Amino acid sequence: MSEHPTTYVPKSAFGKWFESRLPIAGLIHSSFIAFPVPRNLTYFWTFGAILVFMLVSQIVTGVFLAMYYTPNAALAFQSVEHIMRDVNYGWLIRYLHANGASMFFVAVYIHIFRNFYYGSYKAPREVLYILGVIIFLLMMATAFMGYVLPWGQMSFWGATVITNLFSAIPVVGDTIVSYLWGGYSVGNPTLNRFFSLHYLLPFMIAGVVILHIWALHVPGQNNPTGIPIKSGKDAVPFTPYATIKDIFAVVVFMLFFAYWVFYLPNYLGHADNYIPANPAVTPAHIVPEWYFLPFYAILRAIPDKLGGVIAMISAILIWCFMPWLDTSKVRSTAYRPLYKQFFWLFVAVCILLGWLGSRPAEGWYVIASQICTVYYFAHFLIVLPVLGFVERPLPLPNSILESVMGVQKGGAGMPAGANAEPHSKG
Amino acid sequence: MKRTLLIAAAVLGFSAPVFAAGETPVPPQQKWSFQGPFGTFDRAQLQRGFKVYREVCASCHGLSYVAFRNLAEPGGPEFSEAQVKALAAEYQIQDGPNEAGDMFERPGRPADRFPEPFPNENAAAAANGGKAPPDLSLMAKARTYERGFPWFITDVFRQYSENGADYLVALLVGYEEPPAGFQVPEGGHYNHYYPGHVIAMPKPLSDGQVEYPKNEAGQPQAPETVEQYAKDVTAFLAWTAEPHLEARKRLGFQVMLFLLVLSGLLYFTKKKVWARVGGEVEGHATPPMTHNP
Repeated sequence: MSEHPTTYVPKSAFGKWFESRLPIAGLIHSSFIAFPVPRNLTYFWTFGAILVFMLVSQIVTGVFLAMYYTPNAALAFQSVEHIMRDVNYGWLIRYLHANGASMFFVAVYIHIFRNFYYGSYKAPREVLYILGVIIFLLMMATAFMGYVLPWGQMSFWGATVITNLFSAIPVVGDTIVSYLWGGYSVGNPTLNRFFSLHYLLPFMIAGVVILHIWALHVPGQNNPTGIPIKSGKDAVPFTPYATIKDIFAVVVFMLFFAYWVFYLPNYLGHADNYIPANPAVTPAHIVPEWYFLPFYAILRAIPDKLGGVIAMISAILIWCFMPWLDTSKVRSTAYRPLYKQFFWLFVAVCILLGWLGSRPAEGWYVIASQICTVYYFAHFLIVLPVLGFVERPLPLPNSILESVMGVQKGGAGMPAGANAEPHSKG
Repeated sequence: MKRTLLIAAAVLGFSAPVFAAGETPVPPQQKWSFQGPFGTFDRAQLQRGFKVYREVCASCHGLSYVAFRNLAEPGGPEFSEAQVKALAAEYQIQDGPNEAGDMFERPGRPADRFPEPFPNENAAAAANGGKAPPDLSLMAKARTYERGFPWFITDVFRQYSENGADYLVALLVGYEEPPAGFQVPEGGHYNHYYPGHVIAMPKPLSDGQVEYPKNEAGQPQAPETVEQYAKDVTAFLAWTAEPHLEARKRLGFQVMLFLLVLSGLLYFTKKKVWARVGGEVEGHATPPMTHNP
């Protein structure tokens, strides 16, 4: 995937024969072994590896669940209980999968906000970044449809509320909703198509992830200083340096993941979803999963249905325009004292929106949601463009190495040429 | 018609555990043997709770996801195989069709699930004022109460996940005289902890209603009071809702321990690897260099 020509030379005769026909070993070598990595990356840069781990974990646990799950409105709830009670370690697989969705979003939000903070979305990484936004949208669709599958009360009513949003689209809205439902209300056909799509989308995510990694390996990784690698001394080879750091970070994340799975497996879900779906009884509060709450708050902040839907979708699509809305020449917020304050204000507003999304849409909650929604969009449409002109950034270091010399005298980095063989002796 | 609507409204509320804070009192938190990272069920309590379920709740509420054999499995009440076999045989289970094409009834076997108390949902509703009593298999996970800020954060650290059980105990002991001026609609019952206070289920438990096994001194194993019945039957329902709770917590400890050791080893491996290039350097210098951008 790397643009850097590989120095990989197969050792065996078979290796030479194979490499001249399919140079996959060279591709892997240049992408994941010799690939130059800025030497000053923090643990915020390990979330890419953590996300790959989560995607694989979700697919593996999901494939096993699908062996026992029955996508039928009359049997789905029962089949989930069968998995929980009678299938060997079924409870473990299901709790891994259900909590895995939340962990996936924890990791992706950290990944996204790391990108916001260090300006990773700016040139030359715009395509890489927009591919990331597409992955996020696919993740949301997958998670939403996955939550419908157990066919509990919140599954059913969440599906009803969210699919109904499409009816706000003028002219074709009702037709679209009928196609989504496969009928005139959420029912068995809806469950069938959601199951099918829930199984399909993760593989589409995997495809876009490959493009995302490919696009990453062209300009290389951003780093906390935001300035590019200028010499071999600024970088280290991916393997073993980034690999061992990523593996360590993934294992620490697994600890966090395991805590939820084994000790609080239902904390992040809703009690209502242990009540079988009942079209005749509406839950008092229909609340989406925590990772959708900020967007749900934006949806409900707008009194008009179509307006709310547009605002909710825009709240994510506006991310795609960030590389051009942000007029600052400096990538890393570390050198942007004014923007740093706005960044944390934005984080606070997003968390507040999340909390407001969990509240009933009444009284001052609505007003607070509206204020936060206005600020959310102002951050992109006013703060980002204006700050680039008015802010006086701190002076940037000349190189990554120079920046980190204040922390520690740099030893040997990448050998000259930046993509030579990694150190082979310990 | 009006009466039916009122009851329907009362029962409707029962399936809606999320309610605005302040409306309903917060259930007190009980001490459960199964709480915390090393929690296990109290076998004797589960056996007593099962007795309460069987003699009181079972006349209206099903337990459809639980099989008789589960009662003998590890991590539950752990009745003996023989006890479960005898218990199952007391139930009549519909089976068939036989070779002649007829449905027939036969004594239950350990592999059977608890039979439903009513032949179908309509029959259950007709016998109970218009709404079928809910199945209890998952009740301890299907009910909760609002925790609110900041408790929902501290709950993560103290591993508080017995919300449903605490609510069930509160509900079962929460029957009392309505306060002056409170109009309880016909067919409803006043309950201190039920959202909206009007519940269709009449007070199910009273002191001395269920006889508990005696100890050597000839005294009941536990007090035969409403409060004790409520706790015991709730513990039993916590097990029916999460029959693998003990296995989960046990495996969890092993997994956490393994990951902790592994992450420690990886940490030092990483340190050693990075030492080849003069150690790890992270982030950026503060304050930044005094060069111009």
